[in-house]
Amino acid sequence: MNDALDVAVRLLIVFAVFLVLPLVVGQTEHKVMAHMQGRLGPMYAGGFHGWAQLVADGVKFAQKEDVVPKDADRRIFQLAPAVALLPYLLVLVAIPIGPSEGAVGQVVDAGIFFVLAVMGVGVLGSLMAGWASANKFSLLGGLRTAAQLLAYELPMLLAAASVAMAAGTVSLPGILNAFEWWWLPWQIVGAIVFFVAGLAELQRPPFDMPVADSEIIFGAYTEYTGLRFALFLLAEYAGIVVLCGLTTVLFLGGWHGPFGGDGLGWVWTLLKAAVLAFVVIWLRVTYPRLREDQLQKLAWTTLVPLALAQIALTGIVKVAIQ
Amino acid sequence: MPIPGSGLAKGLAVTLRTMTKKTVTAQYPDVQPELPPRSRGVIGLFEENCTVCMLCARECPDWCIYIDSHKETVPAAAPGGRERSRNVLDRFAIDFSLCMYCGICIEVCPFDALFWSPEFEYAETDIHELTHERDKLREWMWTVPEPPALDAKAEEPKEIAAARKAAEKAAEKAAAEAAAAAAEAQAQEEQQ
Repeated sequence: MNDALDVAVRLLIVFAVFLVLPLVVGQTEHKVMAHMQGRLGPMYAGGFHGWAQLVADGVKFAQKEDVVPKDADRRIFQLAPAVALLPYLLVLVAIPIGPSEGAVGQVVDAGIFFVLAVMGVGVLGSLMAGWASANKFSLLGGLRTAAQLLAYELPMLLAAASVAMAAGTVSLPGILNAFEWWWLPWQIVGAIVFFVAGLAELQRPPFDMPVADSEIIFGAYTEYTGLRFALFLLAEYAGIVVLCGLTTVLFLGGWHGPFGGDGLGWVWTLLKAAVLAFVVIWLRVTYPRLREDQLQKLAWTTLVPLALAQIALTGIVKVAIQ
Repeated sequence: MPIPGSGLAKGLAVTLRTMTKKTVTAQYPDVQPELPPRSRGVIGLFEENCTVCMLCARECPDWCIYIDSHKETVPAAAPGGRERSRNVLDRFAIDFSLCMYCGICIEVCPFDALFWSPEFEYAETDIHELTHERDKLREWMWTVPEPPALDAKAEEPKEIAAARKAAEKAAEKAAAEAAAAAAEAQAQEEQQ
C-alpha cells in the first residue's frame, strides 16, 4: 500500500512538472524573444505581463475543431501527437534533480540508454504524422525529420557515451555521483555536441527545416488542428525541458554547485536547466534557419568528428589518471 | 582574418544587447501616444471668424467641405447711413472620410477660422458619421493647442517684429522731440 502511494505521488509530481515546466519555458520564450526584438510580448492575458498567455492559448486550441483529412490514415493520424509527447514524460521520470533518493522519479540503472532510446521514439510521432496526413508537405516534413534524426542521433549518442566512459557507469545518478568539477572543461566539446544535436533533434530553430514554413507550410504538422496541434507544440517545449535537464545532468554536474548545502541540490539542477533553456531561446532568436544540406553537413562533417575526438580524449585522460 | 565563429558570437551579442534595451512597443490605447507638435488630427472651426468667403471649400482638393449660408441685411448703424448686408453661416461640414489632411483649407483661411487639432480618435462604424457638422467642428476647436513655442534661433514673428519696429520708431521720435525741447529751453534760458 505504502509503495503504491509512493509511486503514485512520484508519478503525480513528475506529471505536474511535465505540465508546468514546458509552459514556463514557452512563456519565457514569448517574453525573451519579444525583448530581444525590442518588443514587449504578451501583455494582456492574466493581467500581469501576460503571464497566462499560454493558458489562454490552450483554451483556444481546445475550442477548435479537430479536423482529420479525408484521405488520412485516421488512427495513425490521431495517435501521432501522443507518440510525440509521451516519450518526454517517460524521460522526465528518469532525470534526477537532487542527490537524495526522493529527487528522481525512478532510478533506472541503464539511465542513459533508457533516456536516449525513449527520446528517439518522440521523433516517431512526427514521422507518423507526416506519413498519415496524406499531404505532400507533411510527407516532406516527415522525411526531413527522419533525415535529421538519422544525422543527429549519432553525435548525441557518442557525446553521451563519452560521459558514460568518464564516469564508468550508464546510470544518471551514478554519473552525477562520480562528477568532479574538472569534468566541465574535460567534456566541454561533448557538451556542445550533445546540446546542438539535441536542438536539432527537437527541430528547434536554427534546425527547424522539418517545419520550415516558407518551404513546406508546417511540415508534418500541416494538417493538424486544435488540441492535437497543441500537443505537438507542447512536445517541442517538453523536449526543451528534457534536453536542458539531460545536458545539465550529463555535462554540467546536475546538483553539484560551488556552494549551497546538500538540500539545495535541486535548486542547482533547476538553475542550470533554466540557463540552458534561455540559451535555447537565445539561439532561436539569433540565428536564421539552416538549409537542408547545411544541416546534414554540420552533423556529418563537424559534430560526428568532434564527438569522436571527445571520446578519444575521454579515453586517454581516463587511462592516464588510473 | 576573422576568428571562425566570431560572426555567430556577434549575432548572439546583438540579441542580448537588444534584450537589455528599452522596448519600442507603443502601448496604445493603454498609453496615449506622444504626438509631435503641429500634429494633424482633426480640423476645428472657430465659426465667429468665418465670413463664408468659401475659399476653403474652393481650395479643398477633395471637395470635402460643405458650406451653406444666406445673406442678411443689417440696418444702418447711423441715421442716414446705408444698409449693409452680411453673410450668415448656415452649415459648415467637413467630410473626414474624404479629407486627406493636406491642411490647405487652414492655410488658405484669411480670417483664422480653421485650426489643426491633434485629436485623432474619432473612428466611426458608419461612414456618414465621419461628416462632422459645425457643432462637432466647434467642439474640436476647444482641443486646439497653443501654438508651439518658436525654435531657439528662429526669426521673430512678423507681427511682433512690426510692432517692435513701430514702438522703437515712436520712442526715437519722442526722444528726439524731448531733446529738441530741452535744447530750446536752454537757449531761452541763455537769452535771459
